[in-house]
Amino acid sequence: MNILSLFVLVPVLMLLAFIPCRNIKQVRTVGVIGAVIELAMAVVLLFMFFAAREADPISEMLFVYDAVWFESMNIHYSIGVDGISVLMILLTAVIIVTGTFASWNIDPLPRDFFMWLTLLSVGVYGFFISVDMFTMFFFYEIALIPMYLLIGLWGTGKKEYSAMKLTLMLMGGSAFLFVGILGIYYYSGLNSFNMLEVAANGAIPIEMQRWIFPLTFLGFGVLGALFPFHTWSPDGHASAPTAVSMLHAGVLMKLGGYGCFRIAMRLMPEAADELGWIFLILTGISVVYGAFGAIAQTDLKYINAYSSVSHCGLVLFAILMWNQTAMTGAVMQMLSHGLMTALFFALIGMIYGRTHTRDIRELGGLMKIMPFLAVCYVLAGLASLGLPGLSGFVAEMTIFVGSFEHTDMFHRVFTIIACSSIVITAVYILKVVGKILYGPVVNDHHLELTDAVWYERVATVGLILCVAGMGMFPGWISSLISSSIHF
Amino acid sequence: MDLSNYLLMKPELSLTAVFLLLIIYDLFASDKTKKYYFPVACLLFLVHTVYCFFLLKEEGTSFGGMYIAGQAQAAIKCILNVGVFMIFLQANNWLSKPDAIVKRGEFFMLTVLTLLGMYFMISSGNFLIFYIGLETASLPIAALVAFNKYTHESAEAGAKYIFNAVFSSAIMVFGLSFVYGACGSLYFDNLAISMFSSPLIIMGMILFLAGLFFKISLVPFHLWAPDVYEGAPTNVTLYLSTISKGAAVFALMVILYKVFPLLSGVWTDVISIIIILTITVGNLFALRQNNMKRFLAFSSISQAGYIMLSVFNGTQFGMGATLFYIFVYVFSNAAAFGVITAIENQTGKVNMSDYNGMYATNPKLTWAMTLAMFSLGGIPPTAGFFSKLFVFSAAMEQGHTILVFIAFLNTVISLYYYLLVVKAMFINKNSSPIECVSTDGYLKISLTLSMAGILLIGMVSCVFEYLRAVSFGIW
Repeated sequence: MNILSLFVLVPVLMLLAFIPCRNIKQVRTVGVIGAVIELAMAVVLLFMFFAAREADPISEMLFVYDAVWFESMNIHYSIGVDGISVLMILLTAVIIVTGTFASWNIDPLPRDFFMWLTLLSVGVYGFFISVDMFTMFFFYEIALIPMYLLIGLWGTGKKEYSAMKLTLMLMGGSAFLFVGILGIYYYSGLNSFNMLEVAANGAIPIEMQRWIFPLTFLGFGVLGALFPFHTWSPDGHASAPTAVSMLHAGVLMKLGGYGCFRIAMRLMPEAADELGWIFLILTGISVVYGAFGAIAQTDLKYINAYSSVSHCGLVLFAILMWNQTAMTGAVMQMLSHGLMTALFFALIGMIYGRTHTRDIRELGGLMKIMPFLAVCYVLAGLASLGLPGLSGFVAEMTIFVGSFEHTDMFHRVFTIIACSSIVITAVYILKVVGKILYGPVVNDHHLELTDAVWYERVATVGLILCVAGMGMFPGWISSLISSSIHF
Repeated sequence: MDLSNYLLMKPELSLTAVFLLLIIYDLFASDKTKKYYFPVACLLFLVHTVYCFFLLKEEGTSFGGMYIAGQAQAAIKCILNVGVFMIFLQANNWLSKPDAIVKRGEFFMLTVLTLLGMYFMISSGNFLIFYIGLETASLPIAALVAFNKYTHESAEAGAKYIFNAVFSSAIMVFGLSFVYGACGSLYFDNLAISMFSSPLIIMGMILFLAGLFFKISLVPFHLWAPDVYEGAPTNVTLYLSTISKGAAVFALMVILYKVFPLLSGVWTDVISIIIILTITVGNLFALRQNNMKRFLAFSSISQAGYIMLSVFNGTQFGMGATLFYIFVYVFSNAAAFGVITAIENQTGKVNMSDYNGMYATNPKLTWAMTLAMFSLGGIPPTAGFFSKLFVFSAAMEQGHTILVFIAFLNTVISLYYYLLVVKAMFINKNSSPIECVSTDGYLKISLTLSMAGILLIGMVSCVFEYLRAVSFGIW
């Protein structure tokens, strides 16, 4: 059996294993075992991929498997990975493991929580391994819907509103997307959903590209928090329970960038060339506006959600630049943002679990009270503002170098504008760190609180190791990426 | 007269046999043996259902083209059979009530009789037999709708239904008389040859379509549907919303392409507008409903709009998508109404607000309802996802991009109200949720069957491939 199919099969088996679980211990056991198996598989896949790439440097996708699903529509269950997908799968596996530890004491209905979370992971893994656009869309939709109940049932604050807003906006995006995919199917002249086939031989007429490209880019862009359609993200992330925020900001938003690159840009480069400027303006706004938005917020999760808008905007921004360096940067930013955002949300969840507030005005002096969590928070903040040695620096550096490679005025001006977000990021990160960690203790009850327990330490340390590892040794990642994209 | 003509009509003959056996049993059985009436009726119908699966390959015409047996016709009959079988299974609890038990036989007989009418409608090759089938299918339904005659709503719904049914039939026959007057025949084959474009025929066609749109409850001919659906007994509502709609859609599809292909320019525009209206109006009105039956009435109006997207596509793929949509829709609605029946029979509650917090007390029913809502809303991995996408692809194939886009945006609206039900059951707090409902074995079988259908018939591609393959011979 193809190793890639296992990534979908294992969560499905996990779902079955959850059904007879009676108490939270059994649920945790199944959850942890499943997630660790997935992580192990992802690591094995990475090494297998290196070996296979060595043996076969030409094919775009490796570990290819193809089975006809609906013959009349030419729909295939067609899977395969290149370096980018391998990295994305690895990211997903890491975040699911840490997310499982971060939701150790989930209440109420732990079994249902983990079942929906696992269904979500089925969708995410399936999305990253698919080569067939219909199958990809199928998995994409599977990943969206569990969000509704995960936020609505286990969330905090105005959760019902946020859950509905998030679901409907993303489903609206998928409406654009599917019409776009059908457009590719019928107008590429191939009647094929296989994106490699379309990329290789498809000739979508430019008149068609002019409306299919915006549809697909917008469709995925909604999930990637593209400017006017980003409003689901702050509410959704703020209301979601910890593990869901981690998974959503860490992985799901990457589905947007990944899809934009794989489908919108790859298959319709001419229209991207022609219309890319519109989206470049929008992503430019996302980057700067998201950063300014974060400054104004007082809720820790909102701050982080807006910072996600800014960082994910940078991913789409780099993809639109459409050259080797910028694309490498985009994928690195996806990884880096996925890891550090997950770390942030995990830490915020842990702090909130103790203090029962996320308002920075009611927090202070946490460095004395919970030094472990506070140090981790500082590290996450430094990664976010791009300190060399941590993951954020390599990613943003690559993106801006790549973007500046464009010689025309328009791209360069926007690169400079986007660069300003680095400074703004530093403002809100340092402001928060200074206030809640080093400031005076605001609430005396907080002095009785305890530091992280073992499962929380597992989650945070795991993520910090990844963030630091990526910052220290980015070489193999960038070579993996650049072996997969050719311009 | 050649009796071999009758051999092709095996599904009808078998159904008639079921009907007669049911009458005989009801008339002659003693009170003691009558308590087995329900299982026996279900069993008889099951035998008929299974038998029809063996007839899937029969093809031919008889009575000089009056009656057509094709593989597509056989397939849609099997789909309807499965649906009716699930409805029968769900009816036990309701029919065991003291008010209904004395006329239990009538429920089965009338339902089987309407199904027989639909069979003729589906297999007709002549407007005369089509009209007879349609009337046989409509009139007994009015009796079924008014079945709970002591409840005010049911009687009112029955009256509303019969007036609308008769009125729409009259319009339809009026239209047919125009067509007959212009072309001089009622046989589909002859009409196709002698058809020409003239204002008289177009007028006749529009009147005919209007009559049929009444049956499918497309906007603006939908006004009877919500009241009738709400007032009718729940099992009859399910019958109305799936079986009777499915049969009418199939008949419409056949007639459009067999009789009026020449006028496709006219009816394509008409149906495009009606689709947009139907989907939008159905969705917008469903948003504000609290009564579950009324809610599903509006939902079924908008679902009919989605089916029409592939009806007017005209390719083999479109036909297959239509059949598949009907099949999936039967399963999804059966699951939703099964849950409603179970709860209504025990507690008498049919409002969405009563469902608040139901997950704590009735997890299994909640899951069934959730799956049904997901399938109706088109969320993977349920079959509804596939049926919706195939319908959209079918419309897109003909270049109706804008139409598909509007329909797709409407699915977002529909998702909102389907999620409201899910939200009520899972998220909303309720100090006194519905107590634990005990369902009888038959209903359990029906729910299991429909849930299995929702989960499997989409993923297992051979179902769709089969339906597409048989749709070849419709015209």
